[in-house]
Amino acid sequence: MKLHLKSAHIIDPSSGKDTIQDILIIDGKIEKIGNSITPNKSFEAIDLKNKIVAPGFIDMHVHLREPGYEHKETITTGCASAAAGGFTAVCCMPNTNPAIDEESVARYVQEEGKRVTGGLVDVFPIAAATKGRKGEELSPMAELAKAGAVAFSDDGAPIANPEIMRRIFEYSSMYGLAVIQHAEEPTMTKNGLMNEGFNSTRFGMPGIPPIAEELMISRDLIILKYIPKAKYHVAHISTTGSIECIRRAKKDRLNVTCEAAPHHFSITDDLIESFDTNLKMNPPLRTKDDVEAIKEALQDGAIDVIASDHAPHTIDEKEVEFAQAPFGIVGLETSVGLAITELVEHKYLSLVQLIEKFSINPRKILNLPIIKLEEGEIANLTLLDPKKEWVVDVSSFRSKSKNSPFNGWKLKGKSIGVINNGKIMLTN
Amino acid sequence: MKLQSKHLLGLEGMSKEDMTLILDTAVSFKEVLERPIKKVPPLQGKTIVNLFFESSTRTRISFELAERRLSADVVNFTTSGSSVSKGETLKDTARNIEAMKIDMVVIRHSASGAPHFLTRVVKANVINAGDGAHEHPTQALLDMMTLREKFGTLEGIRVCIVGDILHSRVARSNIYGLKTMGAEVSVCAPTTLIPRQIEQLGVKVYNKLEDIIPHVDALNVLRIQLERQKSGLFPSLREYHRYFGVTKEKVDRAPKPITIMHPGPINRDVELSADLADGPHSVILEQVTNGEAVRMAVLYLLGTSN
Repeated sequence: MKLHLKSAHIIDPSSGKDTIQDILIIDGKIEKIGNSITPNKSFEAIDLKNKIVAPGFIDMHVHLREPGYEHKETITTGCASAAAGGFTAVCCMPNTNPAIDEESVARYVQEEGKRVTGGLVDVFPIAAATKGRKGEELSPMAELAKAGAVAFSDDGAPIANPEIMRRIFEYSSMYGLAVIQHAEEPTMTKNGLMNEGFNSTRFGMPGIPPIAEELMISRDLIILKYIPKAKYHVAHISTTGSIECIRRAKKDRLNVTCEAAPHHFSITDDLIESFDTNLKMNPPLRTKDDVEAIKEALQDGAIDVIASDHAPHTIDEKEVEFAQAPFGIVGLETSVGLAITELVEHKYLSLVQLIEKFSINPRKILNLPIIKLEEGEIANLTLLDPKKEWVVDVSSFRSKSKNSPFNGWKLKGKSIGVINNGKIMLTN
Repeated sequence: MKLQSKHLLGLEGMSKEDMTLILDTAVSFKEVLERPIKKVPPLQGKTIVNLFFESSTRTRISFELAERRLSADVVNFTTSGSSVSKGETLKDTARNIEAMKIDMVVIRHSASGAPHFLTRVVKANVINAGDGAHEHPTQALLDMMTLREKFGTLEGIRVCIVGDILHSRVARSNIYGLKTMGAEVSVCAPTTLIPRQIEQLGVKVYNKLEDIIPHVDALNVLRIQLERQKSGLFPSLREYHRYFGVTKEKVDRAPKPITIMHPGPINRDVELSADLADGPHSVILEQVTNGEAVRMAVLYLLGTSN
């Protein structure tokens, strides 16, 4: 493969590079970066005028569903969805069947990712923190780390027992890997279907109070302060109060990071008026104030990462009563578009900051090498058209599932291609 | 005259004109109920299915009588012994029944929004006969009809809903309906049974009956369910009765008689004392009769508009 990326706006936050130049790629490596290069004809030219070349994006919160729930998604369809959405890497959550709680499953998802994408999309497993994600016994973290796990989480199942959480922090700290918490105090959210507040009152639905999330984060931060060598990452943060907890902890220099999902900074629980089950996810959609708080926290850095919590479910699973529907929505193919539309267009984030949230920061949290746009480096790139206007059409999703509340949304800004390990996929 | 929607899903967002139309139409049907032959022909040839996914005797019978009195053909579907126990989805159940050429569906379901979901999967008119803790529009309409009969208008009358507001679809529909019609609405319950931010619906919240009793024209008393005690929402039925039970002793302190309402079935001497339930200011049986008239009105207005 020989590629000539012409007149690209290269943004590499790790080196501070922000220029318009050409890039030559040979066999997956960046051969040359320079002004108006004229290579020989063996190079395939791609005109990237007014387009951005960024270090490859990673979505660190994805449910690939394989093994066990292949009717919702497979590693093949999930990775295709990631590539179409602008991601050269995904972290897959361990709530598969069997769970990613032992070496063979951790290796399987990585190898299958390589096999089906040829290296275009790297699959990094997030392994269970406890066996079977039951919150009782530690998973074999050393073996899992050796097998390629990049973090530990019982995602979907909060680690509720504080004693277990303490031991997870202690044990995982030996390997320097982050513990990712789905922060929810389960005793307060039993039967909950949506954010508890004015709208749950209107719709007569059992609520998920914001304090259930805030309590769990506060508790974990107390444990973290006691075990300061541990690394704590809060998944899909959704409330104003949670953000306050994170801000305080960061000020105290605790080893804490967090992520927000695009739906939590784009829409509110007012929409549940329609009882559309594609508005049901956990954490639930919150209020206008929370949405604003998340955007501000992304801006000031209290929130480090944008991750989609891509959670595929079939149409049949979602076409039921709101109470019966499973939690979660797909997100890989709308994440970048929503982030540019809601955050860059509305001046919460610069493009540099956006790239940090999608590439640099998650890689730091996961101890993955930072991608550099420099000669001699592997070309691991996300190509963006930040001005492209497009309409979300779930029927065109590469994901096996279509459960998105954003169908029909007009967005501005889109990934137009990804390059990784000598593979390229261009999208319109 | 026609309603704006082809379904009756709830009273939130319904216009004053539509509510008035239903209430006025119900008055005409109430007159039919006084006749020796209580049957009229407008829904002849229409088929209505009553889909009841939650046990209910009163509402189902009331709907069924209303349907038959309008000369509709009626099918009842209840969960016990039906396909739902075999794992069939609501969508499949509804679509299969619709394939048998049904014109209207009356649905009662434990999940909020189930009727709204149904409108997306079937073409028939959908009437909400109670969805979760969300809405029970015909109950509120019959309550409103009863109050309007009693006071001549709903404008400015003062109604307090007493009891488990948190889990009550009756409370929500009453709040939406009465507020739209210009009534003053308050709620009274232990704090644990008041849903968050309910004041934003324009109601005042009370935790002591004695604070509100002097200031109301009517009390709508809700049934309290023992299960709530187990989930830690109140300590005991005895304590509930002592502090939130509506009794003659408490209402007698009001400057003038208070109209007593209850959507039934009553836990006598728990949320409402027997002497009040059967007393001269109780309109509980009027409510039941008006329920017939209101349901006939709704079925008529929706069933004859297309």
